[in-house]
Amino acid sequence: MNYIEVNNNQRISVFSIPVLEYDIFADVIANFLTKDIKYHCVNYFGFPEKGNVKLICCIADDSKHSINVLSSIVNSNDKLQSITTKHFALHIFEREIHENFGIDFIGHPWQKPVRYPFNRADKNNIIANYPFYKIESEELHEVGVGPIHAGVIEPGHFRFICNGEQILHLEIQLGYQHRGIEQLFLEKKNLLQRTTLAENIAGDTVVGHTVAFAQAWESLCDFKPSEALQFERVLALEHERIAIHTGDLSAICTDIAYQLGSSVFGRLRTPIINYFQQWCGNRLAKSLIRAGKTNFPFSEQLAEKWFEVINAYKPDFKEMSSEIFDMPSVLARLEKTGTVSTETATSIGTVGMTARASNLNRDIRFSHPAGFYQKLNYQPILGKTGDVHARAKLRMGEINASIELITKMLDKFPKHDIKENVMESPLADSFVVSLVEGWRGEICHCAITDENGELKMYKIKDPSLHNWLALALSVRNNEISDFPICNKSFNLSYCGNDL
Amino acid sequence: MLSFVLIILVSFVFTGIVIRTKSLASGRKGPGVFQPMKDILRLFKKGAVYSETTSIIFQIAPSIYFASIIMAILVLPFGHYKGIISFSYDFVFFAYVLAMGKFFNIISALDTGSSFEGMGASREALFSMLAEPAFFILMGSLALLTGHTSFQEIFMTFHFGSYTSYAIGTLATFVLIIICMIENSRMPIDDPKTHLELTMMHEVMILDNSGFDLGLILHGTNMKFALYGALIANLFMGNLPLYYSIPLFIFIQSLFAVVVGLLESFSARFRMSHNAQFILVLSSVSLLVFFSVLMVMGKFN
Repeated sequence: MNYIEVNNNQRISVFSIPVLEYDIFADVIANFLTKDIKYHCVNYFGFPEKGNVKLICCIADDSKHSINVLSSIVNSNDKLQSITTKHFALHIFEREIHENFGIDFIGHPWQKPVRYPFNRADKNNIIANYPFYKIESEELHEVGVGPIHAGVIEPGHFRFICNGEQILHLEIQLGYQHRGIEQLFLEKKNLLQRTTLAENIAGDTVVGHTVAFAQAWESLCDFKPSEALQFERVLALEHERIAIHTGDLSAICTDIAYQLGSSVFGRLRTPIINYFQQWCGNRLAKSLIRAGKTNFPFSEQLAEKWFEVINAYKPDFKEMSSEIFDMPSVLARLEKTGTVSTETATSIGTVGMTARASNLNRDIRFSHPAGFYQKLNYQPILGKTGDVHARAKLRMGEINASIELITKMLDKFPKHDIKENVMESPLADSFVVSLVEGWRGEICHCAITDENGELKMYKIKDPSLHNWLALALSVRNNEISDFPICNKSFNLSYCGNDL
Repeated sequence: MLSFVLIILVSFVFTGIVIRTKSLASGRKGPGVFQPMKDILRLFKKGAVYSETTSIIFQIAPSIYFASIIMAILVLPFGHYKGIISFSYDFVFFAYVLAMGKFFNIISALDTGSSFEGMGASREALFSMLAEPAFFILMGSLALLTGHTSFQEIFMTFHFGSYTSYAIGTLATFVLIIICMIENSRMPIDDPKTHLELTMMHEVMILDNSGFDLGLILHGTNMKFALYGALIANLFMGNLPLYYSIPLFIFIQSLFAVVVGLLESFSARFRMSHNAQFILVLSSVSLLVFFSVLMVMGKFN
C-alpha cells in the first residue's frame, strides 16, 4: 500500500504512515487528485526530522469519509518535481514548503512567499523587497491597496493592474499578521495555553479552530468525549455560523451602500453573538470549548434562551433577506459580479462556502462528519452561479439550515449526567488529522507527537489558505469599484492565512 | 441679497436633515441636525497638513472650490427678487463657475499623485461632463419658454397656468434633483458613507485634504445642496409675496433634504459602469422638457 487510510480524528502510529520515494509520492498524490473530484488535498506540509524534511500529505476521500495519508523524506537542498504542474490546488502547499525549507519545486509556476514566517529558509526574503508581478504597458495602471485596510480590519496588500476601471490582474500579498502560532504550539507546554492559542488563530472562527484543536488533542490522548460534549461543540459551531453569516450579509449591504440591509442585519447579529456571552461569558465564544471537558455545560435554561433569541431573530431575518434578494438595485450589484466557475473552483481547490457557492460539494459535515454530526446526516446547500449573489444567497440558506439543525438537536439533547473520563497525556509517536467545517469552510489541524508524547509538529490550515486565490481570480475583468463586495462576499481570514 | 442669506442659512442644516432622515429610516436615532456643522467648525479650528509631493495647486484648490460655490450662489434670485449679480445668460455663468471649482478640485486630486485620487478624479470628471447637457437643455428650454435669458427673469415669468407647465415643472424638478445628486456625488451615483477607496468618487479625491481645507470642501458640499434646493424652490415661488415665499422656500429645501435622505436609504448604489447610462437618461428627460416647450410654443406644425 502506498498510503494509509484514516478517519477524521483517528489516531494512528506515526510509523504506520508509508514513507515513499519522492517520485512515487508525487505520482500517488497526482493520481488521486486528477482521478476524481471526490479527492482533495486537505493538508500537505513538511517538518524537519533528523536533518531531513519529512513531507506528509493528507488527501480526503469524500465518498468513503476517509483521509489517505502518505509521506516522503527529502533533503532541503533537493530539487523536486512539482506536483502543481499536474494539479494546481497544491500550489499553495508547495509554496509554503519552499518558503519554510528552501526546497525547490521544478515546474512550479510561481514560488511566491506565503507569509514570511520567522523561521523561513531565506531570511533575505522580506516583504519590503518583494518583486510584485508587473505588466509593462502605457495603457495600464497599477493600484496598490493596503496593507492598512480602509475599514481597519486586518492587514493585507492588494496590487491591482487595471485597464481603466477594469481589473486585469490582482496580486494579494499577505504575511503581515504572522505570529508564529504553529511554533508557539510546540513551545507552550500547558494545555490551557495551547487551547488559548487555538482560540486566537482567527478571531472570527474561535469555535471552529478550538473544536479542531480539542478533537485533535483528545484523539492524541485516546480520550472519548461524552455525547453531551460532542453535542455542545456542534451547537456552538452552528451558532457561530449563524452569527458570522448574518454579520457578513450586513457587510455586503454596507459595501453596496444599501443602508437598510446593513443596519437591519447588523442589529440582528448582535443578539446572536450575545447569546455566546450568556452561555460562556464571551461574545466570541472564547473559553467555551475545552479539550476533554467543558466549563459551561449546556442546560435547559440555555436551550429556552436560545429559542427566545432565535424566535425574535427569525421573522426579521426572513423579511430582510427576502427584501434584499428581490430588490433590483441590490441584484444589479450582486449578480454576475466576482464569478468563480465550478472548473476554477475545482482546479484551485477551494473549500467550504466559496466552493459550495460555485456548485462544488465540499462540506466536512457531510463528507467527514465527526462527533455529533454523524447523527445529524447534514445535506449541504449548493449554489450554482459562483458569483457574489450566490455567496450571499448561500449564507442566507446556511443560516436557515443551521437554525433548523439546532432546533432539531434541541428537541432531545444529551445531558452531562455521567462524569467525563479522565484525559491522560498524549500517547507517543502518534499522528492525527482533525477536520472541522467552520463557517468559512474546512479547517484542518494535524498533530504529531514524539517518543515522549510531546508535540513534535502542529499544523494548522485555515480554509482561507485555499480560497485567497479564488478571490484574486474572481475579480478579473470586473470593475475595480466592485472589488470590495467581491472581497466581502468571500470574507477570508488574514490571520488564518498568516498564522 | 435675500436668496444669498437664506441659502447660507439653509446650508447649515441641510446635511444634518439628510443624515437624520437616513438614521430614522434605518431605525436609529441619529445625530442632531447641527452635528455636520459642528464637525465642520471643529475642522475650521485646525491647521492643514500638506504632503511633500503636492504643489501650490493642492493648497489653493479648496479655497477656489469654496469661492466658486459662493459665486454661483450670488447669481441665484429669490422669486422676483434679483440675486446680488444678475445679467443675461447668467445661468451659463452659474454652470461654469461651478465647473471651474470642480476643475480645481480635480487637478488638486491629481496633484497628490495617489492612484486612488486619480481614479476618483477621472470618475468625477466623466460623470459631471455627462450631466452638463442635461442642465443646459433644461435651462435653454425654460429660456425659450419664457423668452428671457437670466435666472431672475426666467423664474419670474415661469407660471403654473396650464397642465403642460405643471408637467414641465415636475420634470425640471426631477432633473435638478438628480443633477444635484451627481454634482454632490451622492447616492445612487456615489456612496458618501463608504470607507472603501476603490468605490469612492468624491470622497477619494479629498483623502489628502485635512483641517481647514477639508472643512471648506465639506461645507462647500452643504452649500451646493442648498444651492440646487434654491433653484428648485425658485421654480415654484414665482411672484409670491415674501410672507408666503420664505416659508415655502424653507419647506421645499427641507422636503428636498428628506427626499435625498430617503433616496439614500432604500436603494443600493449603482454599479459604476451603469452610472454613465443613468446620467445620459437625464439628458433625455431634459430633451422631453425641450420638446414639450416646443409644443407649447406651437413650433410644430
